[in-house]
Amino acid sequence: MNRAAGSSPVIIAGAAESPQLGTVPGQSAMMLAVSSARLALRQTGLAWADVDGLASTLPVVDLASYVGIRPGWLDGTVVGGCSSMLHVRHAVAAIRSGAASVVVVAHGESGRSRVGMPPRAVDPASMAGQFEQPYGMSGTFSRFTLPVLAYLHTYGLSPDDLAEVPVAQSEWAAGNPRAYRDKPLDIHAVLSSRMIAWPFRVLECCPLTDGGGALVLMSARRAADLDLEHRPVTVLGSGESCEGPGASFMEDLTSFAGFREASARAFRESGLTQADIDHLMIYDAYAHVPLYGLEDLGFVGRGEAVPFLRSGATRPGGSLPMNTNGGGLLYTHTGMYGMFAIQEAVRQLRGDAFAAVPGVRTSFVQGIGGMFGAAGSLVLSNT
Amino acid sequence: MSARFVPVPTPETGTYWEKAAEGELWLPRCDSCGRAVFYPRSFCPHCHGDDLTWFRASGRGVVESFIINHNPAPGYEQDAPYVIALIMLEEGVRLTTNLLGVEQTPDAVRIGLPVEVVFEQRDGIALPQFRVITGDGASG
Repeated sequence: MNRAAGSSPVIIAGAAESPQLGTVPGQSAMMLAVSSARLALRQTGLAWADVDGLASTLPVVDLASYVGIRPGWLDGTVVGGCSSMLHVRHAVAAIRSGAASVVVVAHGESGRSRVGMPPRAVDPASMAGQFEQPYGMSGTFSRFTLPVLAYLHTYGLSPDDLAEVPVAQSEWAAGNPRAYRDKPLDIHAVLSSRMIAWPFRVLECCPLTDGGGALVLMSARRAADLDLEHRPVTVLGSGESCEGPGASFMEDLTSFAGFREASARAFRESGLTQADIDHLMIYDAYAHVPLYGLEDLGFVGRGEAVPFLRSGATRPGGSLPMNTNGGGLLYTHTGMYGMFAIQEAVRQLRGDAFAAVPGVRTSFVQGIGGMFGAAGSLVLSNT
Repeated sequence: MSARFVPVPTPETGTYWEKAAEGELWLPRCDSCGRAVFYPRSFCPHCHGDDLTWFRASGRGVVESFIINHNPAPGYEQDAPYVIALIMLEEGVRLTTNLLGVEQTPDAVRIGLPVEVVFEQRDGIALPQFRVITGDGASG
């Protein structure tokens, strides 16, 4: 236990995305993860030989073998898109306990080109396979979206109100060469885009892309004698939770228990409240998810997310900048988007985001996994 | 047209599918707390009671939410766009379904529409589906 970080804060010392993002047919999922991890490690001045903890959305043993290490701490948690948030949370615990001192969290996914990826399939004997999938499900756009009309109906909202989400976020993504959808959008553009699963149009659904991202975590004490390339980002708090194997199994179709409970844990651990948060990332595979997130995380009251967006609060210059990379809807979405939400929060806290928000000191990152299945929350700070 | 997705029963769910094959909707109910349980499990997730007893459900409920899928799954090519709905049963559990007996449009389908169970024969499985109860057919 002599290497245990104890009370020393755990920091994100390195963070990088794959150099190529979007459509990358020349790289496997593993290559996308490894190229990111090498860049992130380089920012810390450490080498693979220094890495004694490894967490990944890819098969973690395969990744360890690929990079030629035998780490003493492994985390292969895969609970969908928020897996990277859980990896960070678990890494913090491992570093605090002394189980690991330098942890690489890596994600790579060839979601668009499907290079080095297992086939997509729903197990017909799983509960979602027996009770949801037989009813003409043809993609996550037909499963993740199921509860939304109950939400809209409860709060007297119109299905067209979903367009507020990509419209607000497009102000952040506009002109970013790394964004998959980099054009400014107005309500008309969203509502006239192709219908995918009513009420969701294509611009209210994430694209499917190729990409990777990686983080290097360690205690501030371990980093003390390193010449870090970037300002460190401290993990002030984290939380995780879960609800069920499909959206139809939610207790309440208008609110996600995973969001409520994971975020409450992260706030409690960080000692911060919603009022202390300068910047927010909420996983947005589909346009309704940030609406649930804003309410379930307690940033607005029930049914208030759409008016909040419409007020401009989440746009450039607003009081709560949200999804400032354009989100999964516009920036990139490899299938599991969580790593990219964390990367954007780190960039904002380092001050080197494409659409940098001035004076950001704290960021809250909320992930979701499966179809309202799992949740992971992080509270990050640069002070 | 390719084949529709066929569920594979497991030991916990066998009774659900066996009764469906007989044209009946059955659910497990907890002997301790009395709540219906869905999806079927080996014990009660509400009070963690050990024993569940299967009973025949009313087969009636209301539409709680829905989407209209414009990108058909295999076997649904002729039906697109088609409704995928969530039904709240009178017994307090929620099932996913397509919606029969109603135009597949946002104007025709409404939250709160009353529905009743029917069964679709699909490759050796009888799949519970729901159809809208119209004025005359409403059984109350």
